[in-house]
Amino acid sequence: MSLLSVDPLSVVFPLRTGEFTAVDQVRFSLEAGETLGIVGESGSGKSVCVSCLMGLVPSPPARISGKAMFKGVSMLDAPAETLRKIRGKEISMIFQDPMTSLNPYHRIVDQIAEPLRIHEGLSRKQARIRAVDAMEAVGIPEAEKRSRAWPHEFSGGMRQRVMIAMAMITRPALLIADEPTTALDVTVQRQILDLIKTLQREHGTAVLFISHDLAVVADVCEHLAVMRRGVMVEQGRTADILRTPSHPYTRGLLNCHPALHQAGDPLRVMPELLESDSPGAP
Amino acid sequence: MIRFLFHRLFFQALPTLFVLAALSFLLVRLAPGSPFASERELPPQTLEALNRAYGLDQPVPVQFFRYLSGVVRGDFGPSLRMPGRTVAELILAKLPVSLELGFWSLLYAVFVGLTLGVLAAVKPNGAGDHVAMTLALLGICIPAMVMGPVLALIFGLRLEWLPVMGWHTPADRILPVITLGSTYASYIARLARGGMLEELTRDYIRTARSKGLSEAGILVKHALRGGVQPVVSFLGPAAAGLLTGAFVVEQIFFIPGLGETIVNAALNRDQFVILGCVLLFGSFMVFFNTLVDVALAALNPRIRMTGGKGRHEG
Amino acid sequence: MKGRGAAAYSLRRDAWARLIRNRMAVAGLLLLCLTAGACVVGPWISPFTYYEQDLFNTNAPPDGTHWLGTDELGRDLLTRILVGGRISFAVALAATLVSLVIGVTYGGISGYMGGKTDAVMMRIVDVLYALPFTLFVILLITLFERNILLLFVAIGAVEWLTMARIVRGQVMGLRQQEFIEACQVLGYSQARTLFKHVLPNVLGTILIYVTLTIPGVMLLEAFLSFLGLGVQPPMASWGSLIKEGVAQMEDAPGQMLAPSIALSLTLFALNFLGDGLRDALDPRRTEGRR
Repeated sequence: MSLLSVDPLSVVFPLRTGEFTAVDQVRFSLEAGETLGIVGESGSGKSVCVSCLMGLVPSPPARISGKAMFKGVSMLDAPAETLRKIRGKEISMIFQDPMTSLNPYHRIVDQIAEPLRIHEGLSRKQARIRAVDAMEAVGIPEAEKRSRAWPHEFSGGMRQRVMIAMAMITRPALLIADEPTTALDVTVQRQILDLIKTLQREHGTAVLFISHDLAVVADVCEHLAVMRRGVMVEQGRTADILRTPSHPYTRGLLNCHPALHQAGDPLRVMPELLESDSPGAP
Repeated sequence: MIRFLFHRLFFQALPTLFVLAALSFLLVRLAPGSPFASERELPPQTLEALNRAYGLDQPVPVQFFRYLSGVVRGDFGPSLRMPGRTVAELILAKLPVSLELGFWSLLYAVFVGLTLGVLAAVKPNGAGDHVAMTLALLGICIPAMVMGPVLALIFGLRLEWLPVMGWHTPADRILPVITLGSTYASYIARLARGGMLEELTRDYIRTARSKGLSEAGILVKHALRGGVQPVVSFLGPAAAGLLTGAFVVEQIFFIPGLGETIVNAALNRDQFVILGCVLLFGSFMVFFNTLVDVALAALNPRIRMTGGKGRHEG
Repeated sequence: MKGRGAAAYSLRRDAWARLIRNRMAVAGLLLLCLTAGACVVGPWISPFTYYEQDLFNTNAPPDGTHWLGTDELGRDLLTRILVGGRISFAVALAATLVSLVIGVTYGGISGYMGGKTDAVMMRIVDVLYALPFTLFVILLITLFERNILLLFVAIGAVEWLTMARIVRGQVMGLRQQEFIEACQVLGYSQARTLFKHVLPNVLGTILIYVTLTIPGVMLLEAFLSFLGLGVQPPMASWGSLIKEGVAQMEDAPGQMLAPSIALSLTLFALNFLGDGLRDALDPRRTEGRR
């Protein structure tokens, strides 16, 4: 049995002018320790899709339907208390903007330690010791000293390391990374990606990696899924898709990426992208 | 933190007090007409003698610094209308009652306001929200001078549940405190609701939820701290408003507070009494605002580091 | 130029449409017009005056002649409330106008000049903010003869601070925008740019704040009159009428309730209108539509 199987998932937002289907009958599954990347342009529904699994999409207003099983628990209709115990313990998440994802009023160490306090019932002191270890593990220099700092004293890359330390501290079976490198400088991006890869290998964590950047996803994930306007248009092994993309949209994506497209061909822009916006995407 | 306090005290509090003193003193001294000009005409010699006795024949700057050095020592000068009484005496006799009324009212306002505001924010547009915000609207649109008499009429004169006069027993405190505090409770409720709602949309609330915190835990551990900051900022103006608002409430419920003293002084043009009160209340406000800034700094590490300027452009 | 004018026009019409859709705001607006209209017209058509005493008919209950009864000196209560309303509205409008002129000019200049000028000007506002306003007004009243005109000025003179801050913040934001730079390129004088091009764009915000200032000023006037420091008898204002009513509360509660209701209803109306205006004009909501 898969660690996570989504079969299928739909999310509909009511608008003043009718409805907007953000996620339309999406199906995918993930084995333990596997890495799956979901790519798509902004507004394609990839973020909504994974946020749903975490119960982070408020419903109502959103209408969520379908079936998503994680370790035998139905994530869409289990009792709130069951889901709460999975969140942060079995499934962790890191977000796009590390500037705003950390609480400015709490010390770094306490934020990293919080999942331990919630899920493992550790005392503040024990949790802090483990939090400092976790900071070292994600490569924050002088972890002991800097653990007492506040989020605003950290740079963007360091904050994302903090987020990762926080997400990994309970040794979750699944890490959901929602555009974790988009808000970072290119050099920092590289370091964070390497960190995620290393931790994934060390702990055997399954990773669900969301990005609009095909190159980033291809670098981290063995499996790849392409989403467009709420529909999953293609999925398979990353290597296969890069070599022989079956859907025209995927070919388009590949063609306009300088690093991935076939050498010798002219670099293109995607015509569909320019002429048609996705309707009313948030 | 100590540097912050130092900065706040010496670069903001003291200059403000000095400006306040200078401004009001100049206003008093430069106002047309002698402070002794009352209904009956005084002979010039008497006027001159009075002026000399009160030191009013000196140049204004000398008067000001003499007055100021007195104020620093707690001497607010003599009353111009009640011979032999000093301003400090007159004020101190009544101040404790007004302060007590203000204190209980502030406590009531914070407690009721925060409770209503946070409850409203938990489920926006829910039944609780509607009830809380309707109450807040009532509190804002029914000023103390209306609420006081109406409460006295209903609970005092008609139902005879509560006393409506005096300031002796604990029961005497109930109606005045509700009357004075309700307006501020309403503002606090609105501010708390707004602050909490804004806070609950933040990304780090999403992070907290993804960590598996319960909704109550999110509210108390992550949202409350930022959500109450608007309320804390409001406490400075609220305290000032409560102190002066007390005058009306004292009149309605026959409470022997500072209100009567000030009204009589204003009617009798007893300038030094009013001047003393302006300075005293000014000091209270400066003290309270400093306290508020310290509280905000304690709540928000970013203010603490930069050493100030957190409350502006709200 | 033409295009911008049209956009501004439709923006304004947009806001108006949104205001009209808001039922509470419309109710508030109607109530306000009704109250203000009655206060202006009422005393002219009333057969009574606010000062005429009838000592044989004191504390009378409401009847066909005296619709709200009479007070302890036999004066017609309804007429007194209407006249009192005139005072309350007049003080509120005049004081708000004074605070508007000072606040907008001060805040506009501060925000437009920026830099050191701005820092100094805002520092002054900070200091003034810490003054105990109400007592300051009482001090002014003590020093000068109690006359109603002075009351306007005194209240207006202390109420402009918040307006100045708000306008300054808005102007600072606008100053960065291209059409203001265009004014500078075209060689307009700074005063012309500020008053003709910057401030009109702040009108919405100013309007919202005005609807918030009016009730504040009204309450301050009522507060002073209640304490006996505002209007002087036989003239009436809602504050002084409530005070007179409280004295008769045991025997004739209507004398306290009638002016109380008038004051509270007006405050309700202003609040609804203010909330509606804020929803209709709120710059953060209109931003995305531009």
